[in-house]
Amino acid sequence: MERFHVTKAKDLRGKACELKFEGERIVTEFSSKDKVTVIDAGGSTLIPGLVDLHTHLREPGREDAETVLTGSLAAVAGGFTAISAMPNTAPVADTAGVVEQVFRLGQSHGLCDVFPIGAVTEGQAGTTLAEIAAMHASEARVRIFSDDGHCVADPLVMRRALEYVKNFDGVIAQHAQDPRLTNGAQMNEGLVSSVIGLKGWPAVAEESIIARDVLLAEHVNSRVHICHVSTAGSVEIIRWAKARGIRVTAEVTPHHLLLTDELARGFNPIYKVNPPLRTEKDVVALREGVADGTIDIIATDHAPHPAESKECEWSAASFGMTGLETALSVSYQALVATKTTSFEKLISLMSSNPAAIGKYEGHGSLKAGSYANFALVDLDAEWTVEPTAMRSKSKNTPFANYVLPVKVNQTYFKGNRVFSGGVK
Amino acid sequence: MNKHLLSIEDLSKSDAIQILDTAEEIARISDGPVKKLPTLRGRTIVNLFFEDSTRTRISFEAAAKRLSADVINFSAKGSSLSKGESLKDTALTLQAMGADAVVIRHGSSGAPARLADQSWMKGSVINAGDGTHEHPSQALLDSFTLRRHLRDSAGDLSGIKVAIVGDILHSRVARSNVLLLKKLGAEVTLVAPHTLLPFGIDQWPVNISYDFDDVLPHVDAVMMLRVQRERMSELFFPSEREYSRGFGLTKERLDRMPKGAVVMHPGPMNRGLEISAEAADAVNSVIVEQVTNGVTVRMAILYLLLGGMSA
Repeated sequence: MERFHVTKAKDLRGKACELKFEGERIVTEFSSKDKVTVIDAGGSTLIPGLVDLHTHLREPGREDAETVLTGSLAAVAGGFTAISAMPNTAPVADTAGVVEQVFRLGQSHGLCDVFPIGAVTEGQAGTTLAEIAAMHASEARVRIFSDDGHCVADPLVMRRALEYVKNFDGVIAQHAQDPRLTNGAQMNEGLVSSVIGLKGWPAVAEESIIARDVLLAEHVNSRVHICHVSTAGSVEIIRWAKARGIRVTAEVTPHHLLLTDELARGFNPIYKVNPPLRTEKDVVALREGVADGTIDIIATDHAPHPAESKECEWSAASFGMTGLETALSVSYQALVATKTTSFEKLISLMSSNPAAIGKYEGHGSLKAGSYANFALVDLDAEWTVEPTAMRSKSKNTPFANYVLPVKVNQTYFKGNRVFSGGVK
Repeated sequence: MNKHLLSIEDLSKSDAIQILDTAEEIARISDGPVKKLPTLRGRTIVNLFFEDSTRTRISFEAAAKRLSADVINFSAKGSSLSKGESLKDTALTLQAMGADAVVIRHGSSGAPARLADQSWMKGSVINAGDGTHEHPSQALLDSFTLRRHLRDSAGDLSGIKVAIVGDILHSRVARSNVLLLKKLGAEVTLVAPHTLLPFGIDQWPVNISYDFDDVLPHVDAVMMLRVQRERMSELFFPSEREYSRGFGLTKERLDRMPKGAVVMHPGPMNRGLEISAEAADAVNSVIVEQVTNGVTVRMAILYLLLGGMSA
């Protein structure tokens, strides 16, 4: 078994630290002093491998936008060692066969763990439950189910899904968007939409579904996870639900922590995303929600699209932004640089907390026994976002030409170095 | 002046007044025996219409031709546009053919801005109506018409009270008019059922009223907006009759307008829905004149955006 000793690293609080691992697991002490390879961290900061609970990998079906391989390459460049593939592929990941295919592709590439998320309903059509137990029993061991991209709008379907996943302590990750209130919606409903004449997406379309779902989760005593929370009102409802003891967890994306709907004024659909960019007031509330623990995790909602899906008029463009390669830096900018949270807390929002929600064993921790999944990052470095230099197959980042803090120097997955060299 | 006319926001107050003054000059010349000016000889203007709009297209075409420009009409039906060609490829094609300006009508808000911003086109881009965003040339011809009637064809519109009535939510005409009328100093009141006002309107620099009868005695002009019948099925109002009772310019309401106040409509009208036949054809209706002024004002826009630079 190979032994590695990471030296001259700093921990999350900036103190000197080291890390030992044998094979794919972290150890307290080596079992033997033979063949120990030293990895000189050169003063960079050691973080646990990041865990994303919300990734679109597009394979199978839209390999022109992303594949499991290119998505994994992007992930490790961003410091991630576990990503969660959303099921809105073609075919939809609503059977054991599809989730196993995606899981095995991830394993075969060996860059990071790719944990498929199963669809809640057949074809994500919102009417009939998918074979949830079969997906859980499969090799992929699916535990998170979501119709992401679509809302599980029917309250009865949502209730049944919440009850059904209790058998194995699964969780339903809800894309909260009332379809009737958002028919044809293009951007946040507010002053900007009223002036530029794009159809509005009211905050209440998100909030009313969250309110309903936390009450359903309470009623059946199950776990519900709210995807990409985007409004101040949603934060308030989740805060209330948590105070009441409801088993709800919530995520926010890096872009919703930094960008606002003012960016739509130029009609560039690089800023078109679901849920839409909201107002400054919402951004502030989301940051407060992170600070007080109402929001549990940061998730990328990495949504790659080919160039032609964005090089067009706004209403014809696809919703979504890439995020894996910018998530850590953008979140640092939004939360640490603004003194909203500590760096240590930011890392738990992006590693141990999501690993706990998904029950990703051995992930998100640097404790002995965990996988040797970690990254070495430079907190003092800045870098300029160049879409063409991204490892993702798609270049639809809203952060082109941003100068961002924090550079990922190296990423290790189960003891193997899977990324080196900062941004290409 | 800006190279493009995508929004009224592209114009300063003095730019807007310059367009109106230039249109007055052109109107004087057009009253003479020779209507055609040589200003844009050798220049190519493309009318790129993704939505059917006979009146706006003809108006721009007439304006360009009276300035001696070559005009190419490119409409969605029967062209590559209906075969799924992207906006980008259409723009690149027109650019390759040497268009000096593109007049674009598109169903998607912001499509003209995309043409201009992406440097797909080198020439000027003129917005002839995009989705529910703006229709700047319509606002300019409306202000031109108002200024002729209420301000002796000169200066701005300060102090003039204008009511814009109807489907504000979906109206690009209303958005451009609010911006321009405010820029020129007019006072604007929007009159509509709440369902047809956009969320966020409380932050617009306008008065809001749900009571047409309350507003009517104090106006210098009413701009009636077309109400599309399909809005009913989208639950914006219960029935045509109910809409008409509350917000239509009926014969009775026409009689209650102050002396000298004018009736406007950008067309095409739904007679009997938002406007009665009596109001449409009233002596104080300037609706037909708006059409005439449309050509003149669009000549001024093309002249200032294109000709002003080189000729």
